[in-house]
Amino acid sequence: MLQISDLHARYDGKDILTGVSLSIKPGEVHAIMGPNGAGKSTLGYVLSGRPQYEVTSGQVQLAGQDLLALEPEQRVAAGLFLAFQYPVEIPGVSTMNFLRTAVNAVRKARGQAEHDAPSFLRLVREKAKALGISEEMLKRPLNVGFSGGEKKRMETLQMLLLEPKLAVLDETDSGLDIDALKVVAQGVNSLRGSERSLLVITHYQRLLDYIKPDFVHVLSAGRIVKSGGPELALELEAKGYSHVA
Amino acid sequence: MPGADPHTIRTVAALGEARYPHGFETAIESDSAPKGLGEDTIRFISAKKNEPDWLLQWRLSAFKLWQGLREPNWAKLNYTPVDYQDISYYSAPKQKTAPKSLDEVDPELLKTYEKLGIPLSEQKLLAGVAVDAVFDSVSVVTTFREELKKAGVIFCSISEAVREHPELVQKYLGSVVPVADNFFAALNCAVFTDGSFVYVPPGVRCPMELSTYFRINAKNTGQFERTLIIADKGSYVSYLEGCTAPQRDENQLHAAVVELIALEDAEIKYSTVQNWYPGDKDGKGGIYNFVTKRGACRGARSKISWTQVETGSAITWKYPSCILQGEGSVGEFYSVALTTNHQQADTGTKMIHIGKNSRSTIISKGISAGQSQNTYRGLVRVLPRADGAQNYTRCDSLLLGDRCGAHTVPYIESKNPTARLEHEATASKVSDDQLFYCRARGLDEDEAVGLIINGFCREVLQALPMEFAVEAQKLIALSLEGSVG
Ligand SMILES: Nc1ncnc2c1ncn2[C@@H]1O[C@H](COP(=O)(O)OP(=O)(O)O)[C@@H](O)[C@H]1O
Ligand SMILES: [Mg+2]
Repeated sequence: MLQISDLHARYDGKDILTGVSLSIKPGEVHAIMGPNGAGKSTLGYVLSGRPQYEVTSGQVQLAGQDLLALEPEQRVAAGLFLAFQYPVEIPGVSTMNFLRTAVNAVRKARGQAEHDAPSFLRLVREKAKALGISEEMLKRPLNVGFSGGEKKRMETLQMLLLEPKLAVLDETDSGLDIDALKVVAQGVNSLRGSERSLLVITHYQRLLDYIKPDFVHVLSAGRIVKSGGPELALELEAKGYSHVA
Repeated sequence: MPGADPHTIRTVAALGEARYPHGFETAIESDSAPKGLGEDTIRFISAKKNEPDWLLQWRLSAFKLWQGLREPNWAKLNYTPVDYQDISYYSAPKQKTAPKSLDEVDPELLKTYEKLGIPLSEQKLLAGVAVDAVFDSVSVVTTFREELKKAGVIFCSISEAVREHPELVQKYLGSVVPVADNFFAALNCAVFTDGSFVYVPPGVRCPMELSTYFRINAKNTGQFERTLIIADKGSYVSYLEGCTAPQRDENQLHAAVVELIALEDAEIKYSTVQNWYPGDKDGKGGIYNFVTKRGACRGARSKISWTQVETGSAITWKYPSCILQGEGSVGEFYSVALTTNHQQADTGTKMIHIGKNSRSTIISKGISAGQSQNTYRGLVRVLPRADGAQNYTRCDSLLLGDRCGAHTVPYIESKNPTARLEHEATASKVSDDQLFYCRARGLDEDEAVGLIINGFCREVLQALPMEFAVEAQKLIALSLEGSVG
């Protein structure tokens, strides 16, 4: 599904990713852990095509497509989704309006029919309810005044609506209490299937109790220094990164 | 919001020309006055319109006053001076007799409005919106007249009102904007050609939205329309004007005067979607829009609400104002002014508090892109007897790129210590975080900018009648197409 080969990237003149290679097969869940500043978020941004992040070498393929050749919005159409570590406020734009605009833009780009208003409303309400997102929140401007937990639920909702092939979750667990974590994990798990893959970036083993990874990687100083099965996450939790890396 | 980073600045530097889909010209035979302005011109216009002598005399006196006035130069506007002798002051599509119904209107004209998205045949019209269509110097047709008549509402061209309702016109014309108010207003008094007239009788709630659509077509012609709206005691009316012009290399002058009168407990809601041709990406051509709009809240508890979405014109000079005479009267000004390329806008409002407990609200949203200059200029004046007057002003400016300018010039003059005046202003840039977030949700740059800007303008767009809010949103997004990326 996703094939990253020797990816180097810089931000503001500084090399941040220094040779990341990673292969994710359809249906697999990979977790990336690592200390602060390791480059985890940078990896998410580079995959999504954030303009300020410059790829200096390497390749990325998503479902056989050259991902790096695409504009950010084309990558979404191609099946990539990034749940932001820090979701952005869009004042004056109601969440519902934003969701409809985004989903219809992506459906159009994928050659699918746009949703009509009533059926879209139904779809959003159903998925929102499962994530504990209130009707009232859907009317508010996107992310404006949302709590940390509310923002993460909203990222999850967007992911479900945009039906990605590969979703990158950047610390979607941070800011969530244990109940919210379960709800979000349930939402994420509902997306899992033989066709979809996940790349879960997290600091804590905690999330991985609910979203079971097939592989765990440790990212440190811009490259993957260790890979293993789910037991690696437990080892990291017990012994810390410095020991492993 | 964090500032724009080098990426946005770079992409904004590649600013393309905003698209203007209304730039076509209609090939129609017209009847025009020769270029130039003198007493003869005024007599020519007045004769063309079969006007009564009092109006001709009024025009001539305005012309004399105008000759003694100077063009205002205090606005933050820079433009090639207008040669007032190089303009034709009258142009009308040739038509043997005045059309009595739509069937008699020249099909070319109907097609023009159809192309502009304003179909004039009543079956196709937006339900509940009556339209007066003004083409160059004359009103070509007014729809839904019968329905309005049943309600007692008069909605017709001002020329017709002069003939049919002279007592109303004579009583109110020039009563809000005096003849010598300013250079452009005086010019308008002398040479105005057509425009709309509305009278809503006491206690009547006008059963539909009224709307005038102004179109400049002829070359080297100025458009000087005149609108007069009177809401009698306890009545309500919502009125909307829209405007476009062909794309031309020469600048064209538009100098309108709009007067609103709200008597006791009456309410007038006046909305504008101004989309005159803005000029090309190098600043060539475009309309000079010098407009005087003013409403008088004469009666107690009367209310006048101005909502404007200004996206067009090369130069905009416009300050829709409220004179709050009535006790407890209310004035509102909601404005979006969007400038791109080399456009310049100097716009705002004046709220003059005279009556006790009069209240006003000003919400201004300025958006500047390209090398444009966008100025909010607003006056809040509280006179000595206006006890308990209140004003709330908020001015938000948003910049796209670093070659444009946004300016806020508030004037506050209070002669009453009980007045409560609040003023807030913000300036920000569209952040790269917002842009990228939207793109990471599948929107392209233009869609992302459109969405963010529409969010920024929301409070103002919400004040528009529903049918037009959607149009205004599209217009804003379209005007900004290519502003980034
Ligand atoms: N937007 C940014 N602003 C400033 N520094 C950044 C930015 N993005 C990445 N960096 C730099 O890249 C490095 C990796 O950051 P990041 O990818 O956020 O790490 P992680 O998500 O693993 O904590 C940090 O040293 C940081 O200084
Ligand atoms: Mg991070």
